[in-house]
Amino acid sequence: MVETKEEKKTVTILFAGDSGDGMQLTGSQFTNTNALFGNDVSTFPDFPAEIRAPQGTIAGVSGFQLNFGSVDVFTPGDNADVLVAMNAAALKASLLKLKIGGTIIVNLSGFDKKNLRLAGFLNDENPLTDSSLGKYRVLEMDVTKLTRACLADTGMTVKHIDRSKNMFVLGVLYWMYNRKLDTTLDFFKVKFKGKQDLIDANTKVLTAGYYFGDTSEIFTSRYEVKPAPLSKGVYRNIMGNQATAIGLIAAVRKANLDLFYGSYPITPASDILHELAKHKNFGVKTYQAEDEIAAICAAIGASFGGHLGVTTSSGPGIALKGEALGYAAILELPLVVINVQRGGPSTGLPTKTEQSDLMQALYGRNGEAPIPVVAPCTPSDCFDVIYEAARIAVEHMTPVFFLSDGYIANGSEPWSFPLAKDLVPIKVKKLSAGGDDEKYRPYVRNEKLVRDWAIPGVKGLEHRVGGLEKENETGNVSYDPANHELMVKLRAKKVANISDTIPDQNIEIGEDSGKVLVLGWGSTFGACKTAVTELVKDGVEVSQAHVRYLNPLPKNLGDLISRFDKVLVPEINDGQFVKLIRDKYLVDAIPFNKIMGIPFSSQEIKEKVLEILG
Amino acid sequence: MSIKMENAEIKLSGKDFASDQEVKWCPGCGDYSILKQVQSTLADIGVKREDTVFVSGIGCSSRFPYYMNTYGVHSLHGRATALASGLKTARPDLNTWIVTGDGDALSIGGNHLIHLLRRNLNVNILLFNNEIYGLTKGQYSPASPKGTITKSSPMGSLDHSFNPLALCLGADSTFIARSMDRDPKHLRAILAEANNHIGTSMVEIYQNCNVFNDGAFFTFTEKATKGNTTLQLEHGQPLIFGDNRDLGIKLDGFKPVVVALDESTSTDDLWVHDESDQVKAGILTRFFDIPSAGMTLPRPFGVFYKESRSVYEEDVAIQINQAIEIKGEGDLNSLLAGANTWEVI
Ligand code: SF4
Repeated sequence: MVETKEEKKTVTILFAGDSGDGMQLTGSQFTNTNALFGNDVSTFPDFPAEIRAPQGTIAGVSGFQLNFGSVDVFTPGDNADVLVAMNAAALKASLLKLKIGGTIIVNLSGFDKKNLRLAGFLNDENPLTDSSLGKYRVLEMDVTKLTRACLADTGMTVKHIDRSKNMFVLGVLYWMYNRKLDTTLDFFKVKFKGKQDLIDANTKVLTAGYYFGDTSEIFTSRYEVKPAPLSKGVYRNIMGNQATAIGLIAAVRKANLDLFYGSYPITPASDILHELAKHKNFGVKTYQAEDEIAAICAAIGASFGGHLGVTTSSGPGIALKGEALGYAAILELPLVVINVQRGGPSTGLPTKTEQSDLMQALYGRNGEAPIPVVAPCTPSDCFDVIYEAARIAVEHMTPVFFLSDGYIANGSEPWSFPLAKDLVPIKVKKLSAGGDDEKYRPYVRNEKLVRDWAIPGVKGLEHRVGGLEKENETGNVSYDPANHELMVKLRAKKVANISDTIPDQNIEIGEDSGKVLVLGWGSTFGACKTAVTELVKDGVEVSQAHVRYLNPLPKNLGDLISRFDKVLVPEINDGQFVKLIRDKYLVDAIPFNKIMGIPFSSQEIKEKVLEILG
Repeated sequence: MSIKMENAEIKLSGKDFASDQEVKWCPGCGDYSILKQVQSTLADIGVKREDTVFVSGIGCSSRFPYYMNTYGVHSLHGRATALASGLKTARPDLNTWIVTGDGDALSIGGNHLIHLLRRNLNVNILLFNNEIYGLTKGQYSPASPKGTITKSSPMGSLDHSFNPLALCLGADSTFIARSMDRDPKHLRAILAEANNHIGTSMVEIYQNCNVFNDGAFFTFTEKATKGNTTLQLEHGQPLIFGDNRDLGIKLDGFKPVVVALDESTSTDDLWVHDESDQVKAGILTRFFDIPSAGMTLPRPFGVFYKESRSVYEEDVAIQINQAIEIKGEGDLNSLLAGANTWEVI
């Protein structure tokens, strides 16, 4: 029995195992339990591109990292305090992410001869028996054997029993961090509804893991991570893609529109389709198209018919949609285009994160076809930002790009969700009757240069739209040179005018002038915030601003930037936003880039800031 | 299901369906006749202009929506079918027509075409087939017979051509018909039938491009030849053709054979057209001999096949209603809260 309790402010745990070991499930259960306990939590799943790469190999390792704490947590943690390694490959693939002095919990059965060989340990090399893990604390337990023993009398097959071994580990961790089993026990009841034998088996294994922690002598202490001082309110845990889906439903409800969602499956965007398909009782029409082009064209058709058309993809799929994006821009119909970015170019790194499609979103079309671009900065922020994307699309009659990425999409955090009544209303101006004009003129604009949404079915508004250049106001096909220039400028001005309706750029952390501004966008938020918060505490003259509106940019951004001696732009790409900043504001902004398919650590950003301060 | 046949308050004429835009096809183009027949058919069947939408892709024929005084979308090359699928799913109430050509539908838009057909949305597709690319000034199309000499195939095209209706039947189209620009009466009748069919109606229309492929279908459209080269399909009627209606078609197993109708052959022995027979429709679509190669079988015109199958947009609506029945009308607050919440006080 262990009695010592060590208090910790934050703990980062990395669950790593074979992709069949259920590490994602284990991680998300541990996350939910801690979130419900009151910790601030941030997570980052990291799975292989192959659904089931050969068992036991490095290619098949699936990871789930979470950072939870009694203080505000902005990232899934730079390095892990605890690594759970279900087999030798998981250890090999993840060891670099473990802090020196960190704890490794290993499943002994995953280090047998075969597993060691598959993981590439040659000539009887075994990290558990040689001294290569000397810098860490290694806790060995034979999870497979213990789980089998636990379920020996159930009559289940070994194959089925082995599927529960992740629950043993989860039980051990619940004991280590002094957490109740309730959340997971409730989860079993829902997940295995109607299969009492599975509920019983998993309950048994989870509990056995918990008591193993208690009774075995291998643990020297338990840890205590107290609830975080989160602002008052009601919270839930949310993943980025989930927040995106819910945000769309909320937006159409508030706009009194129907949602048409045209999509073709692609990693890591498909979960938005899955989530929306669950909510057909909201009238959501999900349309799994034959390809990316059909998905966006169908969404445009639905928008012409008066729905909010939405299409989703990831880098290569967005490339396929390029022509239709320009088409939506010239039609001036509402359309939300979601790009859950991943490593590129081409098929690139489907399951890895990257921010390398910003230029594509801003400029990736033929002709002059500006499209507003917004980007969420955390998983829960996806809700607010997709809501904004929908608002801009219908209030300004334009396609809008929403740029999330694999890191945000699959990451999760506690979310103090809003009430429906508190969401800002979205004003839709659909025409309900023909005007006095004998012929309806679809491209007449209001003071914001926005045209009306004239929807089929209304008498007197019959009109034709198309991709050919149109005459101002009438929308008739026109090849007139001066008219073309006028229309290009009008469409651009309409998009630029959106800056009147978006909030000013704020300073997230630090003073509103100083030596260095860390200027980020998208998923680098957490790393930047952690880094700048710590630097400010150390007395460094640095501030953070994080941009959500990338086109048009907030009106005050140029002024804000000018108040700093240096501007550092960290991005998970080879330098894209930095080019935009240099172009717009003629400042010598400094790029800071990482192109490894993984997020920045806050440490990297801290070091870079200190480096440029000299 | 009565949307399409709803009567307009005031009886409109074909002219009421013409927009104020000047029609800009080449003089003598077959498109003019088709436009006119579509306009008068819409007037005849009594749809409302405001409930009607024409969606097209890119190509000569795809300028069509601009000339119609209805709602219209001139979309992207090959994408009329894709765009219309979204529109019709969102708005099942709209009387939706797709105008496309052989390049638009069969080449760049081939994928969307087959998927629309299998989903069976309740729309009408008018495929203007002129066996050439007109708008880009005369390259061979996927419907051009192998060996066609064009600017891009000065020594003759090497590509085997599509048999458009066989392709559509292969994609489980629920309505397949063929007509031609030069037979207005026939075209109007087929258009009306297409409109009445609930599901995707595929109408291939032979259209003469007098600039780049003049006379491609003259064998079938001109008086001198058409008697012996065309076969008018009529449900329940034996397959008879010929200048003097003295030729018939018999099935020898699955093999169609042309027989002379004389004392030794009674019309009772002939193949009787049955629009609901998919296997025989398949054989009919294969009446596709190339005229220059010495024709044996006549080219059929009329409705090849018709089948009643559930339509996609209705299934979508049914599923939404089912979801509401099972879970209740979606409540935004409970969606926002999700299944697990906790309070920080
Ligand atoms: S090019 Fe041919 S198809 Fe096109 S408008 Fe002229 S005649 Fe008609």
